[in-house]
Amino acid sequence: MSVTANSTATLKASCHHCGDPCKPGVITSDEKDFCCRGCKTVFEILSSHQLEGYYQLEPSPGQSRKLEEKALYDFLENETIRKSLLEFASEQCEKVTFNIPAIHCSSCIWLLENLDRLEHGVIDVKVDFTNKKASVHYQPQRLSLKQLAELLHRIGYAPQMSLDEDQGRKKKQSYDHRLVIKIGIAGFCFGNVMLLSFPDYLGLNGIEQTYQNFFRYLNALLAVPVVFYAGVDYFISAFKGLRQRYANIDVPIVLGVSVLFLRSSYEVLAGIGPGYFDSLVGLIFFLLIGKWFQNKTYSGLSFDRDYKSYFPLAILKDVAGSLEPTPVAALNKGDEVAIRNNEIIPADAILIDKEAAIDYSFITGESEPVWQKKGDYIYAGGRLSGVVKRMVVQKEVSQSYLTRLWNDEAFSKEEQGRPMVDRLSKYFTAVIISVAILAGVAWQFINPDKAWLVFTAVLIVACPCALALATPFTTGNMMRVFGRNKFYLKNAATVERFSEIDTLVFDKTGTITHTDQRSLIFSGEPLSAEEQRWVRSVVAGSTHPLSRMVYDFLKQHEPLTEPEAYREMPGKGIEATISEVTLRLGSAEFVGLGDEQHPAETRVYLKIREVNRGFFQVQSGYREGIDDCVNQLSDHYKLAVLSGDNAGEERALRSFFPPDTLMQFSQSPEDKLNTIKKMQHDGRKVIMLGDGLNDAGALKQSDIGIAVTEDIGTFSPASDAILEAGTLCRLDDLLKLGKSGKRVIRASFTLSFLYNFAGVSLAVAGVFSPLIAAVLMPLSSISIVIFTMLAVRIIAKKYRL
Amino acid sequence: MDYRPWTISDMSVIFILILVSIVVAGLFLGAFFWAVRSGQYDDTHSPSVRMLFEDKKPKKAEIKESVDREISDE
Repeated sequence: MSVTANSTATLKASCHHCGDPCKPGVITSDEKDFCCRGCKTVFEILSSHQLEGYYQLEPSPGQSRKLEEKALYDFLENETIRKSLLEFASEQCEKVTFNIPAIHCSSCIWLLENLDRLEHGVIDVKVDFTNKKASVHYQPQRLSLKQLAELLHRIGYAPQMSLDEDQGRKKKQSYDHRLVIKIGIAGFCFGNVMLLSFPDYLGLNGIEQTYQNFFRYLNALLAVPVVFYAGVDYFISAFKGLRQRYANIDVPIVLGVSVLFLRSSYEVLAGIGPGYFDSLVGLIFFLLIGKWFQNKTYSGLSFDRDYKSYFPLAILKDVAGSLEPTPVAALNKGDEVAIRNNEIIPADAILIDKEAAIDYSFITGESEPVWQKKGDYIYAGGRLSGVVKRMVVQKEVSQSYLTRLWNDEAFSKEEQGRPMVDRLSKYFTAVIISVAILAGVAWQFINPDKAWLVFTAVLIVACPCALALATPFTTGNMMRVFGRNKFYLKNAATVERFSEIDTLVFDKTGTITHTDQRSLIFSGEPLSAEEQRWVRSVVAGSTHPLSRMVYDFLKQHEPLTEPEAYREMPGKGIEATISEVTLRLGSAEFVGLGDEQHPAETRVYLKIREVNRGFFQVQSGYREGIDDCVNQLSDHYKLAVLSGDNAGEERALRSFFPPDTLMQFSQSPEDKLNTIKKMQHDGRKVIMLGDGLNDAGALKQSDIGIAVTEDIGTFSPASDAILEAGTLCRLDDLLKLGKSGKRVIRASFTLSFLYNFAGVSLAVAGVFSPLIAAVLMPLSSISIVIFTMLAVRIIAKKYRL
Repeated sequence: MDYRPWTISDMSVIFILILVSIVVAGLFLGAFFWAVRSGQYDDTHSPSVRMLFEDKKPKKAEIKESVDREISDE
């Protein structure tokens, strides 16, 4: 028993830094295993500065460094950019706040806040965990901003910078602060008014009546800030609605609140009665809590990123012979720029150097680099791989191929669809006003003294507090259930749109396939063990992604032999001699099969001793369980696949998608957007699932755009929701829950109408009193809150979410 | 004669008590506003972790404090 346990333990080690599975004893330091050199380097940096505490707080707290890309922070030397990032600058100290998406555990906080031990130029770091930010004070004489960014990148906490993203967040934060303060005021006044109203509930007599007026005036005084400060948003919203000739839910609320306030003030000032200040203040307090509950957002996530977040902030521009970092927005047609390895080309340009490999995976999802020659037109959004290349800018950043997408009307449209409650409230308002008038007129004949009281009582009791709370609490609860399942909605309004959806559109690469896990198949006459060993030895010397794949594919063939001759021709293939045998690996043209090209598929041809042996073909790795998921979804929805990739995998996709699925390949970002538009034109409601910038237009145009991402900390395009890739297979259940949202809202509407009906009946009958109001109002609100919470919970349990 | 002049003043202390209690509660409300405005509720996770870390020796803390003072003065 213990032997088996031991042997599995030695077979499966996990990286001390990031926790990924790795082979024991391959990459080690200080008797600890690492999955890659990057992880090991970080460990060594930290342990040489007595920062091992990082690994003691949480096991394997690091980020995997396998896909490490060299980030470029040269632009931080540009004075304009530096100034706009720095919050404070003096000779001794500068302060900057970075977005660091990698912050995820207490070890992260510990390490970053102890950064001064690693680099003495750092004075102090303060981490804001919720917003994934770190504020750094540092001494500019000892450490430049660029060095600071590079240091953070080196230990796995790469800062991400964009210039305008922060402003939106600050605005949101100050709105949140104002809302919390309003709730504070309303809650404070609510408590005091309740307390001061008690004597009136219990009934005062004799000498105590001297105090009665004091209590009542105090109540009136406390209600003033609640109505005119805490409740002012409702007045503004109702006024805006009416100006557009539309009675939103705030109209009957404001009607109720105004009547409550005026009648209560009149009663108190005239000394007739205590008024309804307790109900009034409680009403606004509950409404504000509903608003706050619904407003819960994921502050660590960003749903509004556009191309600017992907592009570098600045690029090296040739100014009179020397290269200077220049903000990308300042690039003009005709500027000569130098693009470095892994840098994204921010504007359409023409290559001046001889040739360059451009990786367009951002735009097309196609991950093999394209070789461009001198004079070729290079589209913005491509990523250069290889040494520095020079190009001449052809269009400004905002007018380039990729960014032109953002000029489409889809990006300027308002949130579509009014919430259900607003569609109802127009009838509700009309009914309430007619009932109030009818009751008032009727009482004019029965008892004219009471007519006015009945009229106002109807308006007061009909104030749709419970109705207004039904939606925020349902959607707020839904968002929390979704969030627990790694499905993050941008806002609560999205929940209501789920019920209308009838079409799902998938992107292929990165959405239904893994971005990084792809597999190979070899077709041709099987290779002997020795031949496989040769091939593996040859590709071992190459860093080309396809070579790495072949190397991994032929895993079990060790040991490797050093080739006697080796020549790698970029973009073509490898020629090598090993054990006096000549091998050629590469494109069809390279092995002499020029006419047998299959542009639809990515292949590596193999030639041994001048004999063609076949080819390795790349297959996308589909996500686990995707076929079951598609199967379930196809029962309820029409499906479609839009891919920027070539049609090479149509057959594989057809094998698990239903036969009537629309499949389009080689789609440009604009094609995708237009396809969605056309579907909507045909009256369909569409969810788009995509992962890259190339889906950005379609995500924006669709009724609900869902960005699928492996890691929610990384950049994802602007969308209504972010779904962690691992949860993709639960999509059917998630959508079922989303759809039931509307049913829950409807049920709670019915419940609140019952309360309103009971209240209005009492008011019409002329037996309404402050005490009834004080009981009915909180009772209806609280029961709605409990009902929605339970309903959502039960439904979520049903779908095992 | 059972003259008790304190009967009225005895009860009217309630005016003072209520006003005082509202003022005291108002002070706490003010403290709450200050806490919200200064961002204490923006990040509730890191402080809970931070207090468990061992104390650092704040050798450069003075520079930082003087900078913070300057920032808040602006």
